[in-house]
Amino acid sequence: MHVPDGFLDAPTSVATGVVAAAGVGIALRKARAELDDRTAPMAGLVAAFVFAGQMINFPVGAGTSGHLLGGALAAVLVGPWTGALCISVVLLVQGLFMADGGLTALGTNITLMGLAGVFVGYGAFRLVLLVLPRRLGSVPLAAALGALVSVPAVAAVFSLLFAVGGTADIAFGKVLVTMVGWHTVIGIGEAVITGLVVSAVVASRPDLVYGARGLAGRRPLLAEEVAA
Amino acid sequence: MGAGHGHRLHFHGHSVVHRAPAHLKVLVLLGFVLTVVATPREWYPVFGGYLVLLLGVVLLARVPLTYLLPRMVVEVPFLVFAALMPFVAEGPRVAVPLGGWEVSLSESGLLAAWGLVAKGTLGVLASLTLAATTEPADVLRGLQRLRMPDLVVQIMGFMIRYLDVVTGDLGRMVTAMRSRGVDPRSPRHWPALARTLGALFVRSYERGERVHLAMLSRGYDGKLPEGVK
Repeated sequence: MHVPDGFLDAPTSVATGVVAAAGVGIALRKARAELDDRTAPMAGLVAAFVFAGQMINFPVGAGTSGHLLGGALAAVLVGPWTGALCISVVLLVQGLFMADGGLTALGTNITLMGLAGVFVGYGAFRLVLLVLPRRLGSVPLAAALGALVSVPAVAAVFSLLFAVGGTADIAFGKVLVTMVGWHTVIGIGEAVITGLVVSAVVASRPDLVYGARGLAGRRPLLAEEVAA
Repeated sequence: MGAGHGHRLHFHGHSVVHRAPAHLKVLVLLGFVLTVVATPREWYPVFGGYLVLLLGVVLLARVPLTYLLPRMVVEVPFLVFAALMPFVAEGPRVAVPLGGWEVSLSESGLLAAWGLVAKGTLGVLASLTLAATTEPADVLRGLQRLRMPDLVVQIMGFMIRYLDVVTGDLGRMVTAMRSRGVDPRSPRHWPALARTLGALFVRSYERGERVHLAMLSRGYDGKLPEGVK
């Protein structure tokens, strides 16, 4: 899923680089407002978690496998800004230290997966949550639908970028249909796993789930029992 | 970075390339891949020149090619994509004999496939050379010198530092799942896998909180002291 060097031409790569830098800059400020001086260790550990989660492969048919992108998952668990920051850091580390995704395509990758994936996923999650009953049980379902939408949305944005700065002469419609079609299949796997992971965290530590804030309800203190 | 956290891609050595300042290497790498990407793909001999230049640097670094080549598999999905290009691209088509069959391929698609393979391969090889000759801690210091925001460098540092811890955690959980007859790849066992990932998130988050408290107790004020990255 990581775009390598030479996929998009130089002007497009530079332009997405500027978008990515601006996006990460804003995410940095917003995450800092949320986490304060806990930002560095918390975002670092969540990024390590996202990286570990991406190592899980799942079959998507025809003998190939996809892996978790984690955009919607990170957004629901730690909030969209911190999530975007974490995914961007994962992509930076993969590009700079593991040669995974081209260096000139770093801006493209961050724009696609770190910004578009996270915010589309989170937006869909919020919208679905508006319709569903205000209960903790709605959070995993909304997260799954957010993930389901986010993966093909990233593919659609990629097709758009490819139409602008692609290095091959392929009709836009063809790229769009193939990319979105293929990624809808991957999106189903992503949706199921995202929903199940969120439901597991909601079951054990609902207080940690950003997307469940205000839904967890206060548990009454059992002071009398302790006193008795 | 403590002992035992060696990076998978780093190849220990003391060559000129290893000793060169990291910020310089990052700048040179960025300049190189940008130049490669901006080069028109019809300039075939120029790409040969890039490859010779790159192999010269690898030779100078005394990193064996047998070390770098297996690590280039990250590129494989895109080679598949590039291989599809000649079949799906528009424009005039040429008939190419392929194992007794005449296959109609798009000319512009063939050119695009060549461009993808050449530029992608040069990019991966160049990035691998940086990763093989530079300790992660030095790359981070180099990025700081290049004015990357301090907080981003810190987050990257924490991610790299705890990467082996968190992936080790996951590895032990997956081993435990497998020993109980669960196949993590099979959709039938996704609920178990998802609970594992959920537990991993809670563990990582709580580890982050503990690390933060440990840092505070050692006088952390938003900046890391020199020499610990």
